[in-house]
Amino acid sequence: MTIESEDNQGDEMETTASKGSLSDIAAARLQKQPGNSALGVGLEARGVHAWFGEKHALANVSLDFWPGTVTALIGPSGCGKSTFLRTLNRMHEFIPTAAMAGEVLLNGEDIYAAGVDVTKIRLKVGMVFQKPNPFPSMTIAENVLAGLKLAQLKTENKDDLLEECLERAGLWAEVKDRLNTHGGALSGGQQQRLCIARALAVRPQVLLMDEPCSALDPGSTLRIEETISQLSSSVTIVIVTHNMQQAARVSDYTAFFLSDGGPGQMIEVGSTNEIFSRPKDERTENYVTGRFG
Amino acid sequence: MSSTLTQPPATIPPKREITTKPRFSDKVFRGVVTTGGLSSLVILGLILIFLLFNGYNTLKTQGLHFLTTSNWSAAVNDAGQIDTKNSHFGIAAMLIGTMVVAVIAVVVGVPISVGAAIYLTFYAPEAIKKIMVSAIDLMAAFPSVLFGLWGFFVLEASSEYWAKLLNKFFSWIPIFKLPAPYVTRSPFIAGLVLAVMIIPIVTSISREIFSQTPLDRMQAAYALGGTRFAMLRAVAFPYARSGIVGGIMLGLGRAMGETVAVYTVLNIVYQVNWHILFSAGGNVASMILLKFGEASPYEIKALMAAGLVLFILTLIVNSLANLIVSRTGKSGR
Repeated sequence: MTIESEDNQGDEMETTASKGSLSDIAAARLQKQPGNSALGVGLEARGVHAWFGEKHALANVSLDFWPGTVTALIGPSGCGKSTFLRTLNRMHEFIPTAAMAGEVLLNGEDIYAAGVDVTKIRLKVGMVFQKPNPFPSMTIAENVLAGLKLAQLKTENKDDLLEECLERAGLWAEVKDRLNTHGGALSGGQQQRLCIARALAVRPQVLLMDEPCSALDPGSTLRIEETISQLSSSVTIVIVTHNMQQAARVSDYTAFFLSDGGPGQMIEVGSTNEIFSRPKDERTENYVTGRFG
Repeated sequence: MSSTLTQPPATIPPKREITTKPRFSDKVFRGVVTTGGLSSLVILGLILIFLLFNGYNTLKTQGLHFLTTSNWSAAVNDAGQIDTKNSHFGIAAMLIGTMVVAVIAVVVGVPISVGAAIYLTFYAPEAIKKIMVSAIDLMAAFPSVLFGLWGFFVLEASSEYWAKLLNKFFSWIPIFKLPAPYVTRSPFIAGLVLAVMIIPIVTSISREIFSQTPLDRMQAAYALGGTRFAMLRAVAFPYARSGIVGGIMLGLGRAMGETVAVYTVLNIVYQVNWHILFSAGGNVASMILLKFGEASPYEIKALMAAGLVLFILTLIVNSLANLIVSRTGKSGR
């Protein structure tokens, strides 16, 4: 299952860039190439628009997520990146007045097509939220396996799955002796990794992360970033982040979103290395160099 | 100079009292709300003292028989005076009747109420929700005598069929047996009327607590591929459980204390009756209402004692409710 791309775009990096700059960080990371994956066709957004009531929140976003890669969605607040993320697993419609247009294709099939069982879509496209949200009535073990219960899935060996998911989320060593205690006693970072383990237990093809570290301290953030790096070989990850360092550290591709007062738009997408070293659009450059936002 | 900074002070000063000078308006407001808060406690205490004072004598002369026998007779001797030796007061039948009809009310009413609360919170379209919420509020404010009349004239006629059906198929369960073929004015029908009466309060409280289910947990459940039913089971129920128990206990309290509706519907008989379909029963409150009009002063004291027992019974139920809530409350929050 593991796909380790050896293709390093680092040799293309600008050597003049100062040490520790975003482009350095991005270049230091092994960038993955599309199309070398056994994870399926992937996730494609085709001309996605989103509305909240009469407010046009997102306009015409087309974006491909290559299997086994990490894509970061960056941009200032209110640019529609979280809204876009939530259209990808149909959590968008959870908001009463929400509407959308366009297509989201998972393995080539429109997830918004008539007759699609939305719960099956969400099993394939999992989600981790901004605020850690473990189920407080359940123990750590029950939390990890909650998805199986919720979606009425069967598994042969729950203990193995439990260990595997906690291991992949980087939490096993810390909680293996107290699996039957309640999840609420964990620290914020541990809770978030518990939520990642929970999302992994239903074996999603894609994992959406909506600012997963914004409520966490730097140490926990680092821990989750390591987790993301380890996961990216087996799961396609889309991450919304306000932290450009984080985008540079964890992602293979970066998409920049911006709203000029109207609906949010995707300004530019490219390999993370490119976006942070030589963006094509001036607005992207202004944003990633910290001139605004 | 720097040494004084690092050295601990030689003597630790006493703790200061931290005070603030309240404004006059603040004092006035504080007085008003304190009065309001304490008055309910004072009124409750006064009622308790009143019942104790008046009921004490009966409780003393009747002893435990007051709770264990079902005989209610105020004897009068030849001279037209109260014969205290031959007067017997016992409320066992009424106490058990109180429990029986209240439990029937809860068993029938709670599933309907919780179902309604779930529908209103998670399924109903906004327009229907608004209409139903005001209808349920109206139901809570409906006079109980009207429920009683409705039960007597409408429910009784139609529930006779159901009572007979229950008896036909479930008479192997003792409570559904019929000692004689009389099924009208039974605890079953009174329980149904009470069930209708407790639906508003249980529904409102359950709905309130369901509507506070944390959104992020609900989203987590949906994002894991859960259906709405699965979300309810994994998130909403654990969260709302203790609140619903509290609502049920309030409903139970109302069902135990209900007077007029039970008085209208039920055939009050001084005999312990566990057969809920059989036309005999009663509860303490309706018995007090029944006897109060023509009771002698001596008998009234006995009624006060009955009231005291009901008061204590309600208190016990409420304390049990609090205990259950505090025991089960933490896990889902």
